[in-house]
Amino acid sequence: MSIISVHHLSKTYPVAVKQPGLQGTLRHLFKRTYHNVHAVQDVSFTIEPGEVVGFLGPNGAGKTTTLKMLTGLIHPSTGDIQVAGHVPYQRDRSFLQSITLVMGQKQQLIWDLPAMDSLRINAAVYGIEEREFRHRVGELVDMLSLESKLTQPVRKLSLGERMKAEVLAALVHRPQVLFLDEPTLGLDVNAQVSVRNFLREYNQRYGATILLTSHYMADITALCQRVMLIYAGRLIYDGGLENLLEKFAPYREVTVELGEQSASLSPQSLSDRLRSYGELETVEGCIARFMVHRDQLPTAIARLLADLDVIDLTVTDPPVEDVIGRVFQQGHVT
Amino acid sequence: MTTLFQGRRPWHIARTLMVVYYAYMLEYRAELLFWVLSGSLPLILMGVWVQAAETGQFALSSLEFVRYFFAVFLVRQLTVVWVIWEFERQVVEGTLSAKLLQPLDPGWHHFASHTAERFARLPLVIGMMVLFFLLYPAALWQPDLTNLGLGLIMTMLAFILRFLIQYTFAMFAFWMERAVAIEQFWFLLYLFLSGMVAPLEVFPPMVRSLVLWTPFPYLISIPASLIVGLPVNLTQAFLVTFGWIAIFWMLNRWLWHRGLKHYSGMGA
Repeated sequence: MSIISVHHLSKTYPVAVKQPGLQGTLRHLFKRTYHNVHAVQDVSFTIEPGEVVGFLGPNGAGKTTTLKMLTGLIHPSTGDIQVAGHVPYQRDRSFLQSITLVMGQKQQLIWDLPAMDSLRINAAVYGIEEREFRHRVGELVDMLSLESKLTQPVRKLSLGERMKAEVLAALVHRPQVLFLDEPTLGLDVNAQVSVRNFLREYNQRYGATILLTSHYMADITALCQRVMLIYAGRLIYDGGLENLLEKFAPYREVTVELGEQSASLSPQSLSDRLRSYGELETVEGCIARFMVHRDQLPTAIARLLADLDVIDLTVTDPPVEDVIGRVFQQGHVT
Repeated sequence: MTTLFQGRRPWHIARTLMVVYYAYMLEYRAELLFWVLSGSLPLILMGVWVQAAETGQFALSSLEFVRYFFAVFLVRQLTVVWVIWEFERQVVEGTLSAKLLQPLDPGWHHFASHTAERFARLPLVIGMMVLFFLLYPAALWQPDLTNLGLGLIMTMLAFILRFLIQYTFAMFAFWMERAVAIEQFWFLLYLFLSGMVAPLEVFPPMVRSLVLWTPFPYLISIPASLIVGLPVNLTQAFLVTFGWIAIFWMLNRWLWHRGLKHYSGMGA
């Protein structure tokens, strides 16, 4: 049985519209006009227990609005949602006990106190016994490498430490379903890797279900086999990440290092020649990078090697970011 | 706050909230002194009324004015409320979301932080009281213990009522950009009708009997009058106070449930 099921979910907001200038201001004062923003439109999906799903979309696509509806923070305009057997916006105690949402680094920890004080409040609110609380905190501290940080005021922690402490506070009641909105935003590479590894371990250890949004594709590729793409409020793809890449990345990235003979050509004539092999991306010194359609790859490489003085040549899949970006530019998958 | 701790270890939750918020308030120990001093308006008004009493005919003597405004100072210190500023910021910035995700009504966090602040403020208030009587020993009096006890109970109820009123106004933050504006307008009425600027004894009898059906005098004047031993209709005082507490509680819960449907969690 699905742990999350969403059917024909929509959310529409009225937003006041104001024209610039004094005339617009006065008109806005006496007669406000509103237009409806369709933040989420007719979205349906199900998620099975233990799945880790990436939820991707450009800014304003409806990701956060969907997460807020799934966690019961906002009411849907239409449609049905069930999370862990509950209707989220009814905010039953057992529902709130079984979920968590992490959004940014300034959420639930009291800024001027050590994180441990906020954790104590959480333990009391969620009814966790002292011994069990100590055990869970110890376990999470180990997994997140947060030793000795919980007794320092939150404001004195680094961004990465604060984010980890927020994650810890959000998980101390050991929720079954985790909603994570940009959990690695603004973190350095080490902290990103650390949070990512922690989430993977948490998922494996407790069989938790995770729905994750992130602008860092490394988060998605490291954690998610399944992705959902939302664009302009509509779900445009729901399936395996590999399938998406295959389907939407018919190009391969070709990087060539040219020898002196070819590199000595004028930049203009070199660029013109390179364009005949594929879609030229960059030329930096003697290194050129371009995209070649999968079907034309053998011919293009054969011609390239015959025509130019090539020292080195590599063929790679394009970065996932580029693929997803291309999907969003197009606005649909099929 | 219909989800009143939802039946699970309420004392443990209340104690933990109090301990943590007490620690939180002590982080602002320097600011606390200024917050205490900012509540000195009654002491300034005391000077004005003592001068007036010496030159005119009033229901209270100059010494009674001194004691009354001293008690007003004390009641004000124990009933200061700022929940609307906190709640409005949480709604506008979307930080209310984190509290909504927990199985405890967010109102209890505010109530606990206000209550804990009383304890953090108390040593400073006692210090100011001692200083006051050292400077003006003639004002010192031995209060009747029953009156003092009733006055302190009434002060506690005044705090609960004041908190509920302001928290109810705070609910309008779900619909308005600045719910604080309501509080600022209300404060004008509170200033004059609560007995902070002038004791009810100097009001015209008709106005006084009308005002006694509003919540205002029960926020300052009645508890202060009890502390200094001025005559108070106790039955009316408790009935009206509990009545307004019940009205604002129901209004608060009604607005809360409606407001949540309106909440967009913006900014978070």
